[in-house]
Amino acid sequence: MNDCKCKMNNDLSLIKDVLLEYGNTSSNTITILQKTQEIYGYLPVDVIYHIAARIGSTPAKVMGVATFYNQFNFQPVGKYLIMLCQGTACHVNGSQRIEKAICEELKIKDGETTPDGLFTIKNVACLGCCSLSPVMMIDGETYGYLTPEKTIKILNDFRKRGQKTCEL
Amino acid sequence: MRIVVGMGSCGIAAGAKDVYQAICAIKKTDDDFTVGVTGCIGMCFLEPIVDIYDDKKNLLHRMGNVRVKDVALIVQALRENNPDRLAPLCITPENADFLKKQTRIALQHCGVIDPTDINDYLASDGYQALQKVLKSMMPEEVIEEIKISGLAGRGGAGFPTWFKWDAARKAPSNTKYMICNADEGDPGAYMDRAVIEGDPHSLIEGMLIAAYAIGAQDAMVYVRAEYPLAIIVLEDAIKQALDKGFLGQNILGSGFSCNIRIKAGAGAFVCGEETAMLESLEGKRGMPRLKPPFPAEYGYNGKPSNINNVETFANIAWIINNGGKKFAALGTEGSKGTKVFALTGKIKRGGLVEVPMGMTLREIIFDIGGGIRKDKEFKAVQIGGPSGGCLPASLLDTTIDYKALNATGAIMGSGGMVVMDSSTCMVNMAKFFLDFTAKESCGKCTHCRLGTKRMLEILSRITEGKGKEGDIELLEELSYAIKDGSLCGLGQSAPNPVLTTLNYFRDEYEAHIVDKECPAKECTELLVYAILADKCTGCTLCARKCPTGAIHGEAKKLHTIDQDACIKCGQCVDLCRFAAISIEGGSRHADN
Ligand SMILES: Cc1cc2nc3c(=O)[nH]c(=O)nc-3n(C[C@H](O)[C@H](O)[C@H](O)COP(=O)(O)O)c2cc1C
Ligand code: FES
Repeated sequence: MNDCKCKMNNDLSLIKDVLLEYGNTSSNTITILQKTQEIYGYLPVDVIYHIAARIGSTPAKVMGVATFYNQFNFQPVGKYLIMLCQGTACHVNGSQRIEKAICEELKIKDGETTPDGLFTIKNVACLGCCSLSPVMMIDGETYGYLTPEKTIKILNDFRKRGQKTCEL
Repeated sequence: MRIVVGMGSCGIAAGAKDVYQAICAIKKTDDDFTVGVTGCIGMCFLEPIVDIYDDKKNLLHRMGNVRVKDVALIVQALRENNPDRLAPLCITPENADFLKKQTRIALQHCGVIDPTDINDYLASDGYQALQKVLKSMMPEEVIEEIKISGLAGRGGAGFPTWFKWDAARKAPSNTKYMICNADEGDPGAYMDRAVIEGDPHSLIEGMLIAAYAIGAQDAMVYVRAEYPLAIIVLEDAIKQALDKGFLGQNILGSGFSCNIRIKAGAGAFVCGEETAMLESLEGKRGMPRLKPPFPAEYGYNGKPSNINNVETFANIAWIINNGGKKFAALGTEGSKGTKVFALTGKIKRGGLVEVPMGMTLREIIFDIGGGIRKDKEFKAVQIGGPSGGCLPASLLDTTIDYKALNATGAIMGSGGMVVMDSSTCMVNMAKFFLDFTAKESCGKCTHCRLGTKRMLEILSRITEGKGKEGDIELLEELSYAIKDGSLCGLGQSAPNPVLTTLNYFRDEYEAHIVDKECPAKECTELLVYAILADKCTGCTLCARKCPTGAIHGEAKKLHTIDQDACIKCGQCVDLCRFAAISIEGGSRHADN
């Protein structure tokens, strides 16, 4: 992680509406950060400075809140975020084998992004589909009853889809 | 007739969306049936589920594991008005028993009504309880009815609901808040998600009744970030309730006003703890507050607030409609009503189970859940999640009752019930939970922050075969210190998974520490791979593919594995066509 990929000249106007709607009080900090992440894909440092100034807080305070929660990313994430469940039910039904398969296939570890910017993998604690364990979620879709083979097939499908949209 | 597809998150993950779209695609406008959706009925092992109802809403057929290729037959059968043709797709009577042995109150509408249409809820007596309360009951009378019901909080601690409402009602302030805890942090429990996705109005109705009882005009639902569908369904339900006048200003002309907002969590287990949730709702780091003052006095923004779990709220309308006495008639002396459990793990019929308190673990796991997959032997059941414990077969006759479960060292918790067979290592399970709590500790209390880390280190070294004499005692000492030295329930209960496994599966710890063996054959570092002389044909496949070159032998002769070079990746086992490679839990057996 020594080469930070954050851009420092982000278009701050993208969150104008978010700040208009929620920026009047610091009790909306988490909501603002969530909406910001939806827009940029992660929380760039310069945007955090901007938010802090607008809600009458300090960058350190806003950063303190952001780093407390697992949901926030401070580096750009891949086009497809793989949320791999490591909850109890998934653990008992072999989620480590799925993690091994994904990590070997994509050659990245938990929290990392593939060099082509297509995939990021993140371990999460439970996706609420425990009866279909082991489970992962990509792009809001949940995939259950995973086996290493099935997982790799799903990744390949996404890879094809991702490359196609890049060509367009 | 009406075709209804179960479209909860779990149904969709199993393929329900494709089935639903396939039905819609071939349905013609002049077809004599309608198509609808519903939430999760809890029979998750049968997803995707498709139901056929007649025009009087009687269930004619329930089909399980429906695939897109079955859709043509289903539509054809309905066109011919011959639903009996669907018999081959229907679930077996045995599987239907899964529901028959349950008593449904909190889940009464889940998987039955259409959660996207408020009219369906209204047709099932929806919002009747709210009308009754607003028209004919004083707040004190509402609280009295809940007191009679004996309802206790379903979020974990089991605190009497009426008591909290009463305290919040009596707290002097014009501004009060009603908060719903939908953070559902126990990894392995998902009843709250099922209620929000499948019956959002019962949550809204329960919250409104509670808000009326304590005198709150503002309500919030704190939903877990990992539940995107639940947030969408609830947002839509709130809009529909507003349109119908069940929410907002001057509800049903009663003079009572209340709004409900959704706040999405951001992924922190500790925010399920009520005071941490308050901090998070205020936009801060979710660090628990010192209690007292309790939220009933000093809650959101310092105002009196009441926090209840989703399942707690889902019981309220039923209690008002049917009377507290009827609720209290179910259950045991100290635990009234029903409780929902998420039955998962190595269970045959996994899903959501709502049973009266007083049922035994055995009845839930074997009679309802159908026992262990592949008829393997039951080893343990984990209840209460990271704050709970693992109970062995000898305790299967423990009843579902707050006191009885506490006496075992586990807790009722929010209702996660993960079943394990002989392939799950109990030391590794304890390590799994400590890994979780160590990561999720907010860091405020030293004992919790550092103690869980030290415990995790000890458990890690035990599972790696580096356990030392005295490690068990050290774990116990740390456990009690963390319990004493932590402010909130996270730290106070974090050692429970270790203490219960130490209590009931101590021999497994000893096998790891003394014999360097993992009886469940799960802890990789301890495993020993060996080639069976009577099965090996000397085909050389394993030797050629071994990533570390640890397998030696000449063609057509017995091969051997160099234990020092073996990294226990297991590839040779998958590759061998003669099942000639054995795995032992430790070197003691392999030597023999
Ligand atoms: C670490 C920790 C996590 C908790 N997580 C949850 C949770 O996810 N959902 C929940 O309803 N209660 C959770 N609780 C319990 C809440 O603090 C609180 O007791 C509960 O929401 C009260 O509602 P009830 O009385 O209806 O159960 C948690 C408690 C602790 C200590
Ligand atoms: S434990 Fe994986 S979805 Fe719940």
